[in-house]
Amino acid sequence: MPVSETSSKVIYDALKATDVGVISALPETWLVHLIRMADDDPAMTLVRLAKEEEGVGVSTGAHFAGVRSAMLMQNHGFLQSINGIVSCSLLYKIPLLMLISDRGHLGEPDPWQTEGGRYTRHVLDALRIVHSELRDQDTAPHQIAEAMTLAHSSLSPVALLLTRDLMWESSR
Amino acid sequence: MKRIDCLDAIYEDLRDCAVVTIMGAVAAELYSLGHRANFFYLEHAMGLASSVGLGIALAQPERRVVVIDGDGSVLMNMGGLTTLARYAPGNLTHIVFDNESLLSVGGFPTATSTGSDLAAIARGAGIANTGTYTTVDDVASATRSAIASNEMNNLVAKVEAIGPAGFHMDLELLENRFEFARALRAEKA
Repeated sequence: MPVSETSSKVIYDALKATDVGVISALPETWLVHLIRMADDDPAMTLVRLAKEEEGVGVSTGAHFAGVRSAMLMQNHGFLQSINGIVSCSLLYKIPLLMLISDRGHLGEPDPWQTEGGRYTRHVLDALRIVHSELRDQDTAPHQIAEAMTLAHSSLSPVALLLTRDLMWESSR
Repeated sequence: MKRIDCLDAIYEDLRDCAVVTIMGAVAAELYSLGHRANFFYLEHAMGLASSVGLGIALAQPERRVVVIDGDGSVLMNMGGLTTLARYAPGNLTHIVFDNESLLSVGGFPTATSTGSDLAAIARGAGIANTGTYTTVDDVASATRSAIASNEMNNLVAKVEAIGPAGFHMDLELLENRFEFARALRAEKA
């Protein structure tokens, strides 16, 4: 599978380094290694969701209980979660680290992903959610650490877009 | 059966639990019985109360967690029942007050008024311990057993579609949120 296992490991290790203890996820192709790594890690609580918005609630509960968390999802999952993000995370000032696979952007071969890719950044901007792109293995760990720091100091959602350059071997 | 009477009957059983309620009548009625730092009223994000409860239950396995949900909210996050069933934390009790109505927004009938059976749906989702209750005594005893047990339980309490005159609570949303988190962390099991 051309999804980068090496990049996935870099991301997973960086999440662990920021003390993430709960990961909620809804699988998609680019996230397959990350989710397997969470599943294989006895110290990680992986919550496989039926629909991404649930993850907003799970992360809220984990935060109340003093455990750091992250959500893994596709950008369509982010779009699906908007009401939860607005009326739970933003309303109640909950730190929420979202790792969003950046489908439908430059290089996207699948027609069905392209419409969602058109709006992802605009919706993040409309919600005033700080976001950044993870592009390479060297800088990703530092960005993940900084995103977690900001999520907790601002008590807000922060989004990291997992780009094709980082996640897909054949695009390198 | 009235929801306020059920809440009154289980109020003392909630003393040491992390309690997450939905918005509207459920929140206002529990608050009217006496607010506690371990009560969190999710005043929006319909459907997510059970997901918040799941997050707490998984993050603090030694703490008893009670989610007080409603039919309208459960119907908005039915997939969440399958997630509850999948992880089934033994410290989680999921109470659903089913008044067959979106009472807080004007009393529109929900699908439970036309035959949708939430306990059957929960069972179908994979939640082994579920039941429907129609008397205050049965709700109270089922809640007590559920909180005491080491298995996840879902209870559907069929109640009348009546609520308090108003939903005002002298508690800011953020005040409630910070107080609740502090209570959970201070007594972290």
